[in-house]
Amino acid sequence: MSAGTTATASARARVLWRSPEARRLAAWVFGGLVLALMTGPSGSQAAPVAGFTGSLFHPRVLVFVALGVALWALSFVRARYGERVRETSVHLTRLPARLVRTRRARYGVYLVVLVFAVVYPPTLSGFWQEVLVDQIGVFVLLAIGLNVVVGYAGLLDLGYIAFYAIGAYSGAYWTGALPVHPPFHLNPFFVIPFAIAAAMVAGVILGAPTLRLRGDYLAIVTLGFGEIIQIAATNLQGVTGGAEGVTGVPHFSVHALGVHYAWTLSNLPYYYLLLGFVVLVLFGFRALEDSRVGRAFTAVREDEVAAEAVGINVLKYKVMAFAIGASTSGFAGLLEVSKIGFVTSQDFTVQLSILVLVLVIFGGMGSLPGAVAGAAFLQWVPQILRQHPLFGYQPQDLYIYLGALLVVMMIFRPEGMLPSRRRKRELALAEQGIGTADAMSGSADPAAGVAP
Amino acid sequence: MTGLADASVLAPPVGDPIVAVAHVTLRFGGVTSLADVSLQQERGEVLAVIGPNGAGKTSLFNCLTGVYTPQEGTIEFRPEGKSAVSVVGRRPSRVNRLGIARTFQASRLFNALTAFENVRVGVESRLHTGPAGAMLLLPRTRRENRRSRDRSEELLAFVGLTDRADELASALPYGDQRKLEIARALATGPELLLLDEPAAGTNLAEKDALQDVIHRVNTEMGVSVLLIEHDMRLVMAAAHRVAVLNFGRLIAMGTPAVVQHDEAVIEAYLGRTDAGTAPEGGADEAAGPEEGT
Ligand SMILES: Nc1ncnc2c1ncn2[C@@H]1O[C@H](COP(=O)(O)OP(=O)(O)OP(=O)(O)O)[C@@H](O)[C@H]1O
Ligand SMILES: [Mg+2]
Repeated sequence: MSAGTTATASARARVLWRSPEARRLAAWVFGGLVLALMTGPSGSQAAPVAGFTGSLFHPRVLVFVALGVALWALSFVRARYGERVRETSVHLTRLPARLVRTRRARYGVYLVVLVFAVVYPPTLSGFWQEVLVDQIGVFVLLAIGLNVVVGYAGLLDLGYIAFYAIGAYSGAYWTGALPVHPPFHLNPFFVIPFAIAAAMVAGVILGAPTLRLRGDYLAIVTLGFGEIIQIAATNLQGVTGGAEGVTGVPHFSVHALGVHYAWTLSNLPYYYLLLGFVVLVLFGFRALEDSRVGRAFTAVREDEVAAEAVGINVLKYKVMAFAIGASTSGFAGLLEVSKIGFVTSQDFTVQLSILVLVLVIFGGMGSLPGAVAGAAFLQWVPQILRQHPLFGYQPQDLYIYLGALLVVMMIFRPEGMLPSRRRKRELALAEQGIGTADAMSGSADPAAGVAP
Repeated sequence: MTGLADASVLAPPVGDPIVAVAHVTLRFGGVTSLADVSLQQERGEVLAVIGPNGAGKTSLFNCLTGVYTPQEGTIEFRPEGKSAVSVVGRRPSRVNRLGIARTFQASRLFNALTAFENVRVGVESRLHTGPAGAMLLLPRTRRENRRSRDRSEELLAFVGLTDRADELASALPYGDQRKLEIARALATGPELLLLDEPAAGTNLAEKDALQDVIHRVNTEMGVSVLLIEHDMRLVMAAAHRVAVLNFGRLIAMGTPAVVQHDEAVIEAYLGRTDAGTAPEGGADEAAGPEEGT
């Protein structure tokens, strides 16, 4: 009798363990432990296990385990009530969309945001003004550029910062700050076309041969390219100044038509300069999106075989998208280098490329408001949290949290914060099993190329 | 479908081929999809390609559109008033620009775009606005935008999809998707239109509508049509001539009436081939070419 009960009990335990919920819980808790280890103190030769004891036998481990359990509960809730939660969230996000349904209303919202962006910053402290320029402004520009590559054309570019570096070094070169001197020195304003052209040429040179490759190979090649540029910049010390960098890149200045104005290290003037450029680029990309070229990008992203069949040279449009992204990145590099006045190869890390990609994905691939909002939000919130006594984190751990945030985002709102209309449709279709929602796997499907 | 009966009677002008396929052989490893296929299509003709499953019909289309490169043989396309150009070795977008457009056996629409946008992508592939012009909204860009909008509307009206212009391509009923694919192909202004089983999976009413569209494409737009179709009733009504493929070989070519009574064709369809591998006939073709009579 009792043997029978234990048998059924152990069978029940086995069943419980086999249940996907239990496994998921174990996975989340394990993930929490790993995260606790990764973010905890590290050991040393004298105390080799200090990393373990300091992370796992310390109250802070509880926070991570609790986080794991909470996320498990969330996914559990999602599995049970996901449909209803999703409906509510869709309903809620539709509310503002309903309010700004007309074009005029939408432009009204943009105008309000713009006015806010003009009048609010002067009231901020110096620290926040600096964040606004170096962390937000530049990254908004980077994000809307990468959005063309990843969002419009569906190409995964993991070496995006290399073009930023090329723009930055162009700026330093043409203003005479590098150890190698240009034929003539230019004001940063006149360097703009040079920086953009240099980045664009680099984009075309890299893109033309590699964009023939399937999506995942492209990611690897661009990743390698990013590394090459950084390592080359570090090692060519006689040309670039290497890791120590060079100083003395001049600020922007205007001397024309009786106007004499020079930007300085002060943040606010640079902020407005940047704002002006960002607004210009936004107008351009908005027009691009709703143009022959923008629709061709979408066609290429959706179905390369069909795009070729209607006369779209897929390779040409991919290179075009890639080069447009690269030039935007180069432009941002020039702006930043002339603001901070120096350039070092250490700034152009792979993490930075990944960061910009995260900003775009978080905001909503293919959506301009999304890229702007995503970049502003993700660059701003960590700064607040860092100041906060409770949430203060080690700066080098930022990427762990961003990664976790992205995972959660992909589970609950894969289309991003402010998704584009087309992308939202694609995801909805993918849920019904029509087509691929993953912008980056559209071209990665080997069958797509050979068997229409 | 008045007038369709005339179509099969009214022979197209002879001796002015729009496309000439000569000795084309296409292999995939051990499989020979096309074996020494030679055929010509006259300008203005509706030529049907029939044959059991796996006969090589789609492979022929893929060779004609630059998707596949045959190992042997030549394919020449003669645009009106221009000299012949070889299709082999050109990428599909180039072939399309020469004037050959196609649809796919399984629809390949841009699913996240509306019906209107799908057609517009086709129209715009022939326009010239570049990225700079698009971003700066130059006058030419606006002009081209107006033009592409008007032309797309015309084409949607041509296939009878005006009411559905703003619906997502994937949300359309099957028959409408097929029509939309035709409209998108026509948007590139082809001289030769290749239709790969446009009526597959459609109901009777949709088939009639498609038949009408094909007829008008041919007569009103003056576009030559190469048509793969299993539905013999449609083939009989729409095609001037029929080419029959079996195991990658061209086994018959002629008017529908002649082909229908051809020994080799009947054998191919009934599966009495000496090769041990009988073609796996679906319901459609098991009925054989007699169905239409
Ligand atoms: N990409 C490919 N790789 C390998 N074999 C292929 C490929 N494409 C076609 N084939 C082979 O070529 C032969 C002809 O195929 P094809 O698709 O042209 O036939 P079909 O006449 O269009 O048939 P269906 O009526 O079923 O559409 C088949 O045996 C097929 O397996
Ligand atoms: Mg086929």
